[in-house]
Amino acid sequence: MRRVVITGAGTVNALAHDLPGTCAALAAGRSGIGVLEFRDADRLSIRIGAQIRGWTWGQALTPQEQSLYDPFTRYALAAAAEALAMAGEGAGEGAGVLIGSSAGGIHTWEDNYRTVFAEGKNRVPPLTVPRLMMNAAASHIGMRHGLTGPTFAVSSACSSSNHAIGQAFRLIRDGHAPAMLAGGAEAMLCFSGIKAWEGLRVLSPDGCRPFSASRNGMVMGEGAAVFVLEEETRARARGARIIAEIAGFGMTADAGDIVVPSVGGAAAAMRAALAEAGLAPEEIGYINAHGTGTRVNDRNEVAAIHRVFGHAANGLMVSSTKAAHGHAIGATGALELIACLMALDQGVIAPTLGLDRTDPDCDLDHVPNEARRAQPGAALSNSFAFGGLNAVLALRAAQ
Amino acid sequence: MALSEIGRSVIAILAAQALVDPAGMRESDRLEEFGLDSLGLVEAIFAIEERFDIQVPFNPNEPDQAGPGDLDVSTVGGIIRGIEALIAAKAP
Repeated sequence: MRRVVITGAGTVNALAHDLPGTCAALAAGRSGIGVLEFRDADRLSIRIGAQIRGWTWGQALTPQEQSLYDPFTRYALAAAAEALAMAGEGAGEGAGVLIGSSAGGIHTWEDNYRTVFAEGKNRVPPLTVPRLMMNAAASHIGMRHGLTGPTFAVSSACSSSNHAIGQAFRLIRDGHAPAMLAGGAEAMLCFSGIKAWEGLRVLSPDGCRPFSASRNGMVMGEGAAVFVLEEETRARARGARIIAEIAGFGMTADAGDIVVPSVGGAAAAMRAALAEAGLAPEEIGYINAHGTGTRVNDRNEVAAIHRVFGHAANGLMVSSTKAAHGHAIGATGALELIACLMALDQGVIAPTLGLDRTDPDCDLDHVPNEARRAQPGAALSNSFAFGGLNAVLALRAAQ
Repeated sequence: MALSEIGRSVIAILAAQALVDPAGMRESDRLEEFGLDSLGLVEAIFAIEERFDIQVPFNPNEPDQAGPGDLDVSTVGGIIRGIEALIAAKAP
């Protein structure tokens, strides 16, 4: 059986514009959440989010690239370039690209709807379609780096990234590609993106506090994280540094409620990931939780962890990093994989920020507010999406 | 007590969302008796906001810790009282 390892990682998000900065922010317990600043933000009732600021990457683009790249594509391109550089010479050879996103080029939809509906114009830019399409990010990464392997977009709301990374893991393990660039990209922090979420009334007006009794909703974020996944023997032959191993992947569907996650579906996905990885519950030291900060997600996720881990739940650290980088929807699983890599590779557990009041329903070790030194040998990363789609990655520390 | 115009409208909206006959809905009834879950309630409140052009303070994430200004969604009558108050506050 082929083994699949991670040899490169890159990111742009509200915490930092690269991987080292993001790890430093997670370790320091910094939050990227602040007041949203974009056109018509004053017409929103939710005014906070984890927004990328001061990012100058786009200024170096040619005019044609400017017109081709929606913000979600730009985030993905920058993250992919950093990941490939880290993975080193030859990493992209034969690779494909899987990028998860929930909304794709929503900025482009919004801008052009403004043009035709609000401003009454009858023409939109000629590259509108290739700019907004869901696969734009994956295709542009491939075009920039000459990656000709299996390439497509994956969309499953908040599980998009984990589905993309899990699928890439299987493509390599099953021999369809020697390496994959996989991750997620999301750029929903614009008027129409927040307005739509506002309507669902799941956003907090005042902050993200996962697992806290005071939690009252999620706070949105944006950005991208992309990883180089590679077949282990090839990575070793190249002399690449192995950050961690992707050992298993579990995915299930609740087939129940369109928005309320089920305990059973989440538990089944975690069990499937452990089984594929050949890991016993006692071997998992850290779980990066989906931990959105809504009443129902956090309560159900903790119940699902208890169901899967039994007594082993006592030895677990379970943090949500969403109060740091925000809930980046289709990119969130990829951003959270960074926290898992930090735990396995650097021995630093990212904390749950905003945990100001204990909730008896959330009674695990949630690593409140301050990072911790620990050396887990294996970790899980949970994503549970609207639509009842659960995707869990199982990781092992590099041998 | 006879229902106000506002009360009748609110009941019509809640009943339409719950797919029940509005004639069978009483102010003392609790919403879960009609199978109205939090998503159904979010949709009903949206319809009420549109109908009366008001903003209804309601966060389904905080059922146990509704603030003094938040809508009481425990009963049909609680919603009607809250909406009447919001409309009265809006009137010039």
